[in-house]
Amino acid sequence: MTLSLPQRLKRELAATPLDGAVSAVLIVAITAAAIGFLGWAFGRAQWLVIQANGTLLAVGRYPVEQQWRLWLLVGLLAAATGLGWGLLRGRRWPFNDRLASVLLVALGLWAPAALGLSLPLQVRWWAITALLLGLRWAFGRWGAAGLARLHPRVRRLLPLGFPLLYLIGLWLIAGGLGLGSVAPSEWGGLLLTLLMASLAMLLSFPLGVLLALGRRSELPLLRWGSVLYIEFIRGAPLITLLFLGQNILGFLLPGGLAPDRVWRAAAVLTLFCAAYLAEAVRSGLAAVPRGQVEAARSLGLSVPQTLGAVVLPQALRTALPTMVGQFISLLQDTTLLSLIGLLDLLGMARSVMANPAYLGKNAEVYLTLAVLFWCCCAALGLGSRALERRLDTTRPA
Amino acid sequence: MVLMAPLNRLLLAAPLLLALVLGGCASEDGGNGVQSEKLNTIRSRGKLLCGVDGKLPGFSFVESDGRYSGLDVDICKAVAAAVVDDPGKIEYRNLNSSERFAALASGEIDLLSRNTTETLSRDSAGGNGLSFAPTTFFDGQGVMVPVASGVKSLKDLAGKPICVESGTTTELNLADRMREIKAAYTPLKFQTGDQTYTAYLGGRCVAVTSDRSQLAAKRTSFPDPKAHELLPEVLSKEPLTPATVNADPAWADAVRWTIFSLFQAEELGITKANIAAKLAEAKAKPNLADLRRFLGVEGDFGKQLGLPPDFVVKAVSAVGNYGEIFERNVGATSKLKLERGLNRQWSEGGLIYSPPFR
Repeated sequence: MTLSLPQRLKRELAATPLDGAVSAVLIVAITAAAIGFLGWAFGRAQWLVIQANGTLLAVGRYPVEQQWRLWLLVGLLAAATGLGWGLLRGRRWPFNDRLASVLLVALGLWAPAALGLSLPLQVRWWAITALLLGLRWAFGRWGAAGLARLHPRVRRLLPLGFPLLYLIGLWLIAGGLGLGSVAPSEWGGLLLTLLMASLAMLLSFPLGVLLALGRRSELPLLRWGSVLYIEFIRGAPLITLLFLGQNILGFLLPGGLAPDRVWRAAAVLTLFCAAYLAEAVRSGLAAVPRGQVEAARSLGLSVPQTLGAVVLPQALRTALPTMVGQFISLLQDTTLLSLIGLLDLLGMARSVMANPAYLGKNAEVYLTLAVLFWCCCAALGLGSRALERRLDTTRPA
Repeated sequence: MVLMAPLNRLLLAAPLLLALVLGGCASEDGGNGVQSEKLNTIRSRGKLLCGVDGKLPGFSFVESDGRYSGLDVDICKAVAAAVVDDPGKIEYRNLNSSERFAALASGEIDLLSRNTTETLSRDSAGGNGLSFAPTTFFDGQGVMVPVASGVKSLKDLAGKPICVESGTTTELNLADRMREIKAAYTPLKFQTGDQTYTAYLGGRCVAVTSDRSQLAAKRTSFPDPKAHELLPEVLSKEPLTPATVNADPAWADAVRWTIFSLFQAEELGITKANIAAKLAEAKAKPNLADLRRFLGVEGDFGKQLGLPPDFVVKAVSAVGNYGEIFERNVGATSKLKLERGLNRQWSEGGLIYSPPFR
């Protein structure tokens, strides 16, 4: 039975007099808070601090004349996104996709204007948005047919495009091989945050899997080594490890030989995340019934084959939500980099807030950071849920 | 497991690799009259590694266009101009207070220009083993009150609540001084600076205490900065001083005298704007011996320090004299609007004093 809107409202908000009273109080409180917030955000807040320092928050002190490389990278990422999105959905445009497209267009039109970017930069922004949605449309329409026409061997190589894209991204950011090199000390803002987080995620994943396997290994040395490592890392706060990484290496290796602070921080983040991932993967491994291994072995599969084809796929699927949770907290942990003096998003923001021209604009800056972090974490969460749905074998596809 | 064989080989190779790397590093020696490993390192590297705070209004922060700016930063620039002939060739390291000395000791940075108070234990070989340059900012703990409160001195604060950050020397200094003048007060302690100033602005206490430069910086962000004033009393001595490591006296001297040259330039009335004219004048008139020696037209001051002969010209052209640096970053023309106070030239009753360039 369907209820009319007033009926539904009555049932959900005011089924009993007490419910009605609680709802009324909450509605008044939420409205007051929202009015207060909006009044501040659109009235008293001075967003000039974000407009003037938008570039700093986005890429830090990256040299202006080299920033085209980052635009190119964003363009490549947008193209890859549009491509994958189109292949995934085909000709269908479900409600979520239409909503996302509208949001993207709105963002593409609003953000550059709100940031007060110059016309050439605005045009780049529009072009990137158009590229993303255009490829989404084109590959949704013809992508599947095009793929089918490719040689099977070529098709199997296609997933390699993503690690390749990552390497190209690193090359565009750092330079070298024909491009002017940009030292890591000049990376900053959102660029550094995302780079650190993504690098740590990518590298800690294989390491975490190896550690989890090591911890369940029958070789005592390997097992105890893994246990020791995991428990040591999990027993120390990340900030302590970051300080260790920054300070100890400088003493161990003579001046100039120690890798840049950015790489040291990335290594610590990776090692830290790997220990937690190892435990997540171990829980996944423990959830695979013993019979699976025995069945695989009795079918004549070797140990690596058993692991690769039977055990790990099931274990990783079980561990996926925990791992994504770990990744999300890793992304937020990157803010600790500001405490060791790196100019990640938070570090850059604190330097911006120390500019005498923008003193006291903390609320505006912190709110912007919160929104940026929320967007990144929401994207991770959405992606993982989509992945979970695709990997869920208990549901019909 | 199968994966282990290559891993084992890697583990075996790692110490070998480390030994190779360590062994391959031998110090070079420049052909300079002065033996300083640090100076040589900086020259061959082509840039100065300077440790700053990076988020301290007026002292070091990042401008909207990405350039570092502030009083501490200008000291870095002056030294870079003198040593590598380019105030832009600096790599800044943002350091927090707990890692700044380790960064200096391990050679991560060449120069620490980060509002560091010079103290005995930081200077001594048995302590942090730093070598302090001349103080570039004489700060001190101050007390800020609302003008409307009518409080004119510390004594007037007897029996009143004072906001203070807990666990800092600030808190202890306040307690000491209030005990000295036998004035009971109520300390309201907060964990962070933000909480402290929010409580003060919210009227929970009549006064707030911190370093005077900090109070002045914070005041500019208040809704009505003119409604607050600093009491005349200074509760502690905080000489904020650039530092290098003890181990390289020649490098420490180069930094010391580059900073002294900024003081001396102000005393002689040499500014960023007129230095070219002064240099031409010195070159034209052989009777101006003092000026000629100072600007490196004659004599070998630069060589004695392991610096170029005209290091003073380079430093002052880059950032101006000390007075200009002060005014630009924290003085009356800046947003912080700090009084020169103790940071005036000695001839005007301040503590800024350069020994003779002889």
